[in-house]
Amino acid sequence: MVRRKTTGDRIFDAINYIFLGLFMFVCIYPLWHVLCGSISDPVLLNQHSGAILWPLGFSNGGYKNAFANPNIGLGFLNTLFYVGFGTVVRMVLTCIGAYVLSERNFMLRKPLTLMIVFTMYFTGGMIPDYLLVNALGLTNTRWALIVPLAITTWNMIILKTAFQSVPDALVESARLDGAGELTTLFHIILPVTKASLAVITMYYVVNEWNAWFKAAIYLPAKHDYFPLQLVLRELLINDAGSSGTSLGEATGVSVETLLLQKVTQYAVIVISTLPIIVVYPFAQKYFVKGVMMGSVKG
Amino acid sequence: MRRSSKRVNESVDIVRLTYFQRLWRNMRHYPSLYLLFIPVLLYFLIFKYGPMFGAVIAFEKYRPARGILHSQWVGLKNFREFLTGPYAKRTIINTLMLNFWQILIGFPAPILLAILLNEVQHTRYKKVVQTTSYLPYFISLVVVCGIIKDFTASDGLFSDILASFGFPRENLLTDPRYYRAIYVASSLWQACGWGSILYIATLTNTDPQLYEAATIDGAGRFRCIWHVTLPALLPVIIVQLIMRIGNIMSYGADRTLLLYSPAVYDKADIISSFVYRYGLQDLNFSFASAVDLFNSVINLILLYTANKVSGKLTGESLW
Repeated sequence: MVRRKTTGDRIFDAINYIFLGLFMFVCIYPLWHVLCGSISDPVLLNQHSGAILWPLGFSNGGYKNAFANPNIGLGFLNTLFYVGFGTVVRMVLTCIGAYVLSERNFMLRKPLTLMIVFTMYFTGGMIPDYLLVNALGLTNTRWALIVPLAITTWNMIILKTAFQSVPDALVESARLDGAGELTTLFHIILPVTKASLAVITMYYVVNEWNAWFKAAIYLPAKHDYFPLQLVLRELLINDAGSSGTSLGEATGVSVETLLLQKVTQYAVIVISTLPIIVVYPFAQKYFVKGVMMGSVKG
Repeated sequence: MRRSSKRVNESVDIVRLTYFQRLWRNMRHYPSLYLLFIPVLLYFLIFKYGPMFGAVIAFEKYRPARGILHSQWVGLKNFREFLTGPYAKRTIINTLMLNFWQILIGFPAPILLAILLNEVQHTRYKKVVQTTSYLPYFISLVVVCGIIKDFTASDGLFSDILASFGFPRENLLTDPRYYRAIYVASSLWQACGWGSILYIATLTNTDPQLYEAATIDGAGRFRCIWHVTLPALLPVIIVQLIMRIGNIMSYGADRTLLLYSPAVYDKADIISSFVYRYGLQDLNFSFASAVDLFNSVINLILLYTANKVSGKLTGESLW
């Protein structure tokens, strides 16, 4: 469409472009601030006030300190387990559930779907959840972050919708060739719904990567099993402004530790956010599909 | 329909069978479907319906040693205690106020962003803005709150900026006057770009001829936005708004737990953070459970009402 531009149009465009530019700056700035701060000289950083547009001097003390903290590495490994193993378990169960519920020959399809959808709108609540996990003996075990969270109902319902859109002819021809349920699922349905599967996997991975609340409830006494986010909470939220002991060596609070606190916190943020930034470009192509799938009416 | 031919053949005798006979037949025909579904069904029964049964402790004086079945039944005592106690007013008002601001500012922002992006003709620029705007969504909540905490400290960036305007330096996050603003702003920063995806995608599917026709009729930029862009977005906006309103009571527990502190409880403590503190930190299981159940029921009523109202007014509804 070709539209002749009036002066009003040009002014509108200029303001719009500048506004969006500022908006981008706001989106990026906090991360840039942290990145620059993390490699800055701690003395200059502590004296500095206002925005940081470029590193103030240079020091790798923050990173040294961050890497010296064993909890961060441990948290990374734990999160790797929760994200890796957890996502496999979740995807298998979610696919199976979505497949059976999308299968028209399954007589209980409607009542069971209703029963499952209901759990999205009404839950027993935080306390009964906790009591159940406790009663099952899962508290303070790694299973507490896998088994009770094995299926996200919403994801299963979205995937069911995706499976239902697979042409019946495709499924029928497989059946005529003698394919059983599992063969149909793995060789016909899953290959043609790859993009949807990628989206659901992305949902699960991002969600698990960010999760800290369930771990805080279910692993109260198991610091060794803490996912990264919970370690970060201790370092960034609980300790912020206080002595900073957990960041330095265990030999008491030296002046140096206090000095390095800010730069270390920044380094910790950079280290823990880097994996996201690395994966981000690859995940990008699924964003639009992901949001559109999620917006289907329940 | 899958296997429609077979269905037709079966239908003759199906009429004569009772529901359970048909079910039995269906199970024998497709045993693997039923077998496959067992773990999924167990999951929902145990981990979703189990806690619903467990929620009866809201009506009891629950003692872990006695278990759910043998604890003393107290009826609505816990609910009464909460509603007449000192915390009901505070937590309910805080929940509503926080949501009010969140919806007032956080809901229209992605729509505005989508509309502005829709007006950008330079495709590359549009793409760059979009990609950048999604990034905050992927920064974990703990990290975002960590950054907030650093920026709002008395020697942090925001305090530096306020100080340059002559305000006294202080820890902004522990000041009840600023808490809600910080909360809403941080969630806006994280969600605005991501929230715009849906609206942008809707606009991409809008017929460009509509704009052409409007332009020929003499409509300028703003009138195009008003008469073409907004109507195109309206159905999506309504569905999103219903879903958002249905979420009012269940919203924001984790951000609150990361950002609040006793100094700001008066403005910050919402129902879900209250349930967490009373139930899981102080171990008042029954009382907290009653508060949570009260919350769930209100939530269900809100969702139902929003849906009904919208269905009546606009014909758009969730179910």
